[in-house]
Amino acid sequence: MDRKQYCVKLSVQPSRGLVDEKFIVLVQNVSPGFQMTIHALHKCEDGHSYEAFAHYTANATGTVNVSEDPSLGGTYSGVEQMGLLWSLRPVPGSKPGLRLRKVNVQTPMEVTISVYQGHQTEGFMDQVPLVGVLVERWYMAPRVRRIPITENGLTATLFLPSGLGPFPGLLDLWGGEGKLIEYRAALLASHGIACLTLDYLTPEITMETGKMVDSQYIETAYRVLEQHPQVLGSRIAMLGLSLGASVTLKMAVYSQVMKLRCVVCISGSHVQPIDGFLEELLNFCRINSETKTRINEEDQVIYHDLLLPIPTDPALKVDVGRLQCPLLLVVGEDDQNWPAYESAIDMKEMMEKAGNSHLLTVLSYPNAGHLIEPPYTPHTRATAFLSVTSVKKVMALWGGETVAHSRAQEDAWRKTLAFLRENLYGSSNCGF
Amino acid sequence: MIGTDSHFLNTSQNHHQVNVCSTVPAACGQRDALQTPRLSTMSQTVPPVLSVHPSRSLVDEKLKVLVENLPPGSPVTLHSLHRSEDEHYWEAYGHYVSDHRGIVSVAEDSSVGGTYTGIESMGLLWSMRPVPGSRKGLRLRKMNVRSPMLFNISVYNGLITEGFREQTPLASALIERWYMAPGVQRIDIREKGVRGTLFIPPGPGPFPGLLDMWGGGGGLLEYRSSLLASRGFASFALEYFNSGELESAELEFSYFENAFSIVKDHPQVIPDKIGIFGLSLGSIMTVYLAAESTIVKPLCCVCVSASHFYPPGKNLHGVYEVMTMKPHMIRVDENGHHAWRDMGLEIIKEPSYRINVEKINCPMLLVNGLDDQNWPSVECADEIAQIMSAAGKGDLVTRLHYPDTGHLIEPPFSPHFRATKFKTATGKQKVILLWGGQTKPHSDAQEDSWRKILSFLQHHLYSRETPKARM
Repeated sequence: MDRKQYCVKLSVQPSRGLVDEKFIVLVQNVSPGFQMTIHALHKCEDGHSYEAFAHYTANATGTVNVSEDPSLGGTYSGVEQMGLLWSLRPVPGSKPGLRLRKVNVQTPMEVTISVYQGHQTEGFMDQVPLVGVLVERWYMAPRVRRIPITENGLTATLFLPSGLGPFPGLLDLWGGEGKLIEYRAALLASHGIACLTLDYLTPEITMETGKMVDSQYIETAYRVLEQHPQVLGSRIAMLGLSLGASVTLKMAVYSQVMKLRCVVCISGSHVQPIDGFLEELLNFCRINSETKTRINEEDQVIYHDLLLPIPTDPALKVDVGRLQCPLLLVVGEDDQNWPAYESAIDMKEMMEKAGNSHLLTVLSYPNAGHLIEPPYTPHTRATAFLSVTSVKKVMALWGGETVAHSRAQEDAWRKTLAFLRENLYGSSNCGF
Repeated sequence: MIGTDSHFLNTSQNHHQVNVCSTVPAACGQRDALQTPRLSTMSQTVPPVLSVHPSRSLVDEKLKVLVENLPPGSPVTLHSLHRSEDEHYWEAYGHYVSDHRGIVSVAEDSSVGGTYTGIESMGLLWSMRPVPGSRKGLRLRKMNVRSPMLFNISVYNGLITEGFREQTPLASALIERWYMAPGVQRIDIREKGVRGTLFIPPGPGPFPGLLDMWGGGGGLLEYRSSLLASRGFASFALEYFNSGELESAELEFSYFENAFSIVKDHPQVIPDKIGIFGLSLGSIMTVYLAAESTIVKPLCCVCVSASHFYPPGKNLHGVYEVMTMKPHMIRVDENGHHAWRDMGLEIIKEPSYRINVEKINCPMLLVNGLDDQNWPSVECADEIAQIMSAAGKGDLVTRLHYPDTGHLIEPPFSPHFRATKFKTATGKQKVILLWGGQTKPHSDAQEDSWRKILSFLQHHLYSRETPKARM
């Protein structure tokens, strides 16, 4: 037996962490100059496997510390403390267009981190590694409570932080695919914000009646938060991504009911018919998609131009000059799905003209794409996508270059949390 | 900006104390903030933010406890609460004053009062003790290692010393403390008449092994083994007599040799890299196995609160007999606690009981508390070292001894018990045994010794060899 096998010591600390926490991967007890591949493997709930790997050479003390030492190649290179997570990609032979998303947020993501001898690029599953550990990544901190909300015709889930509260609240909206997506809300609750994630495109009521909800549906969700005994009704924010951002901006400016402390829009646009609500917005997109959808050589669909050029007609964009609370815009400059960057520029102009641009913060990331998710979420440039406006799945191009996009996710999350903290916990009043 | 709003800030002595529970006014009542007038200000004020990182950790890992968004210069009490498996409540607390930014950082700030003082990042855990009104002589031990210990960390307004349950904290957070890392396997062992639980680290293996033996209380205690497995050692927690039934233990020496073989023969254990870990009575077995067994060849031994006496030829029952021979020598202190130390001193005078430690050929780590009131383990360790030295094997012995530390040296950050209820071998009677030690030095000893024990085991069981190139 090769006795060297059991010399290697691998530790990942913490072994149980929240998904936005960093970990330290440390390999010890090998000889100086020892070549190794550190490998991460994750088997998703839907059965697909994802992997990442990097090549390292041990230093003079026989150690590799992923947060300090450079990867010499693999799915990432250079010094990347969390590269083993954000560079995860479907294993060879997988279906194209996969996207890694946790559905059941009450259990952790399990990632196996292993060390293989030598600098390898494939065939990991056919070998026995030198050593391996299991790491848990959680979307929910201990005793964050998950409460399904079905009252008043809503399809939503409320996540309450642990402790007595009361807590500031947040309404969380996702994009054009619909469904009820819980992981971001669960994570925000783990940071002390009572978060309600709302399915507004495919809720029970729409599935049953075939009709899109109106703006009162959103206001109902807001009310549920506002009136909850463990939520501070005067400290509620709203966060939307993609189509969710369109809805968010509409509500933030025009709703008489909602009094938001602050608003966050990720990869969003203000371009939409002011009159009406979802039905009109989706029609607007559908009509434009007939002439403005582009398809590239790889058969990937680019919806970026659907809302371009940015209209000058005020009836076609949310009047952000009337916004009365702080707005954070997060945009990827390589967004191929939505003209978030162009919209941000236009929104800035509108707010400068109106005199409320001091409320605006824009975080614009070169080479980042559309899907700006919580940190260390693996980046995919294009995935299989079925939007509520289409009948068949397409390969939607989101854009972004992996390293830049991953940096953007990490930076944007940190700044989003700080923005929310400042506006939800600070004592300055909404509006001036 | 967090915490610096003019509503909160007032640099004079009489700063305004904000009523932070205004949405549920009835629950707050009047809290006794020390010498500060209270003022009910705006409604819907956001409570301070309490964060504990990591929220899920192994029991030997450190925590960062941070409170933010307090008024500056605000006196607060940080409190921890744990409900044990046997439904007793344990608590600890520290008194702090927030800085100019309205922040309290337990890792950096000094506790000015409570169950611990000074800069103690883990004081909220190791200084825990049963809440007022609890039964006497309680001991906190995790029996089910597959679930975490839950601790409620809270921050209260003002400097409070009691009545935590009747008050509403400003904020609280729940944390999990685990004895088992993810992926550690737990295997029930019932083989060759041997009973126990084997814990295997995650990964392909094979791994170095450990035979892990506790002391005279008996029963099956898994937590140290599961923690050792979380640190890379396949560890076998051995049950060698039922809780409190030393009297009826008929165990022969062969029981322990079989136990060792079970570890050795396990497919995920490296057969020539096995050590033995014993505490108290367990360390007697450790020393005896290392010295006398022709079958068992440990690569190294860790003996906590060791002893090297063993009535020759007798089984474990013989140990019990000897232990009860001189009950008149048990000293009962002013609290009615039984200290066996003097009786022990008398017993170990008998030369025929002495184990031939000079026959030991492996490195030994002897860990002792200088205030051990249960057994003269320090004197035993002295003698073991002496004998080994005389035999030219002095370099095999490493000693760690700690002042004001008692008999029960456990994994770090677990509360210290100076005296606890113990079902003695003399039948059904329960007495309170005095273990010794003072909380702070004992806790320091637990933290220091654990790190050194792991390092010792790492060195001997994982020792590096030059890797051969694999073609």
